[in-house]
Amino acid sequence: MAKILQAKYMAKCIGCYSCMLACARTVRHSFSLQKSAIQIHTAGGLQSRFLADICRGCLEPACARACNSGALLPRKGGGVRFIPAKCLGCRDCVEACVVKTIRFDDTSNKPIICIQCGSCTRYCPHQVITMEERENGY
Amino acid sequence: MATKRIIRVLDINLSEEKVATHHREDLAPFIGGIGVASKLFAELVDAQKDPLDPEQPIILANGPLSTIFPVVTKTVAVFRSPLTGEWGESYAGMRLALAMRMSGFQAIVIRGRAKKPVYLSISDHGVRFKDATALWGLSVSETGSILRGLEQGRGHRSCIRIGPAGEKCVSFANVNVDTYRHFGRLGLGALFGAKNLKAVVIYGEKDEPIENLAQYNRVYKDIYDKAVTTDIMDKYHGIGTAINVNGLNNLNGLPTKNLQQSSFEQAEAISGEAFAEQSLIRKMACAGCPVGCIHIGLYRREFGPGFDYESKNLSYDHELIFALGSFLGMSSQEKIYALIDAVEELGLDAISAGVLLGWVTEAFEKGILTEEQLGVKPTFDQTEPYLEILQQLVQQPNEFYRVLALGSYAAAQRYGGHDFAMTLAKNEMAGYHTGYANILGQAVGARHSHLDNAGYSVDQKLKDKSAEEKVQALVKEEKWRNVLNCLTICLFAREIYQVETVLSALDAIGIKSNEAELNGLGEEIFKIKHNTRLRLGYDFNQLAVPKRFFETVSVTGNLNPATWQEMLEYYKSIIRE
Ligand code: SF4
Ligand code: SF4
Ligand code: SF4
Repeated sequence: MAKILQAKYMAKCIGCYSCMLACARTVRHSFSLQKSAIQIHTAGGLQSRFLADICRGCLEPACARACNSGALLPRKGGGVRFIPAKCLGCRDCVEACVVKTIRFDDTSNKPIICIQCGSCTRYCPHQVITMEERENGY
Repeated sequence: MATKRIIRVLDINLSEEKVATHHREDLAPFIGGIGVASKLFAELVDAQKDPLDPEQPIILANGPLSTIFPVVTKTVAVFRSPLTGEWGESYAGMRLALAMRMSGFQAIVIRGRAKKPVYLSISDHGVRFKDATALWGLSVSETGSILRGLEQGRGHRSCIRIGPAGEKCVSFANVNVDTYRHFGRLGLGALFGAKNLKAVVIYGEKDEPIENLAQYNRVYKDIYDKAVTTDIMDKYHGIGTAINVNGLNNLNGLPTKNLQQSSFEQAEAISGEAFAEQSLIRKMACAGCPVGCIHIGLYRREFGPGFDYESKNLSYDHELIFALGSFLGMSSQEKIYALIDAVEELGLDAISAGVLLGWVTEAFEKGILTEEQLGVKPTFDQTEPYLEILQQLVQQPNEFYRVLALGSYAAAQRYGGHDFAMTLAKNEMAGYHTGYANILGQAVGARHSHLDNAGYSVDQKLKDKSAEEKVQALVKEEKWRNVLNCLTICLFAREIYQVETVLSALDAIGIKSNEAELNGLGEEIFKIKHNTRLRLGYDFNQLAVPKRFFETVSVTGNLNPATWQEMLEYYKSIIRE
């Protein structure tokens, strides 16, 4: 079974944003946190908890189902593969994602899709986010 | 390959509610941060006018490495200090450098005075002047909560704001940055207050493609690994700077009870180790820093009978434990937290507030100040009178408290007790009593801060060297720190950002330089600062060091005024060259 991104240990998050920078850098070749597919933010000010918006790696991804141009294909083990060349920028996937984790990038006119590559986890100094196999297959 | 760098300066005029963007190619050689800010400030400050005159500028600047390399997290503010009348320079972390980067501006200039209280909302889509009348008078935390609801960009924006102290132009009011960090020292908060500016919220979504991906990734990873997997930054991540409390105490370097002592019988109870074991609840980081040195402790307070408790999360570090702890003889963490809470909510600089209270206490003991003036009896180790004094100096109900709000130096000028008003060039001392280099470093450093040139470390590392060598080390360090502050790295990471690392990080984003050029830049900024502050009234010959420094034993033994004077003369001779 392929591994998927998990954010099980958010209580240990220090809010450094190294994960976002890693995603933006390695996947989108950009310095901008806006280009990151993982978003860390607070629940309400820095005195509150940190939360992570991540792709949950659905086994039957609603985003892929909603995409009728073939740009999003279910990935074995969960989540999706993204083929930018086929994407028309219709935003249907943004609407369809059950956990509302897909954001839309107006500059490139394409969604910001997590490809479950794990680059972000390699730069988290506290192992807050990890790539792990799904428990019980779900 | 690299396009010509242009520094984008956002120029905001509060009086006319007008903004302009200036594209300054000529500032590119100054890299960013303190280089750019020093130049802009030297251009714009009016030496004839009071620090709180509406015309005086506030300059904010970050650098080209901000956020995109590990531990490059600071934004610098330069202004005319209402505390000293001359050079004001302060650094803050958290989300500000990130938000500025995403807004696309490398420097922001704020001038003028709004007709009624406003806050600024700055983004890559422009600047809005928003009514802050309803926020005026609110504490720092209340202001933050309200602005969080009003503005977009949760998690990636920065919200800097003042409390009542800034509004009332207390000379050592600070600007709070995103709850846990500050533009401290030297009174930037008073300038905000004088400009009727309650807060600035910055947010941006600017795209920045990476030009040289492979090279950038390599340099990033190298620096990241140094910060995370080596022990270079352990001190800051583990117990934090509060580890100094025990260390300094054992060496006779911990200023205690207004520096009547340099070691504290209660040090163990308020040491970094004790804080970590008993009240630390989490650590946090500025955006782009994988180290996480910000230590947050739990302050639990009983406010009524019948188990009525409130609890607050407050950040602590060495300077706070010194200024609001040992310096005031505070014997427990709870007492220190009570004072931290007060200075945070009022928006005061913690070091200046604590050192001023130390002077007040001793002046009261010696009969220079009376209970009638103060309204309370200040006593070491008692929080209640101190909390009352802090409130009063912000409210300023009478002439006495108006003078107190001008800081320790001004208060001693007026009421006496100079010998134990623990200031250096009018700025309240930092939490070390290590020897001559510490005193000289703060007295002559550009902003009279221990961070200008780390005299406390020169004292310890060059213990057996000559006075000349120590002075040379101070100057060298101050110049190199100018370079690091152009990059706006966090100085805690200075061991990581040695020359070669700095050059490869700059190169990875298309900025070519070399060691000689960087050193030249450090030198040039040193000169700009020096000349500007002379223009603003700084005078070596007016420097008077409180006697107390020579009465209390330091880490390097008993000090004498003659040696200090000798070192100062040597410093002056180098500067004249
Ligand atoms: S983007 Fe949303 S819908 Fe698609 S796989 Fe991830 S969580 Fe599921
Ligand atoms: S797994 Fe890859 S694509 Fe997904 S958030 Fe992490 S770095 Fe980005
Ligand atoms: S890298 Fe880890 S610690 Fe840092 S923000 Fe991301 S999840 Fe939190």
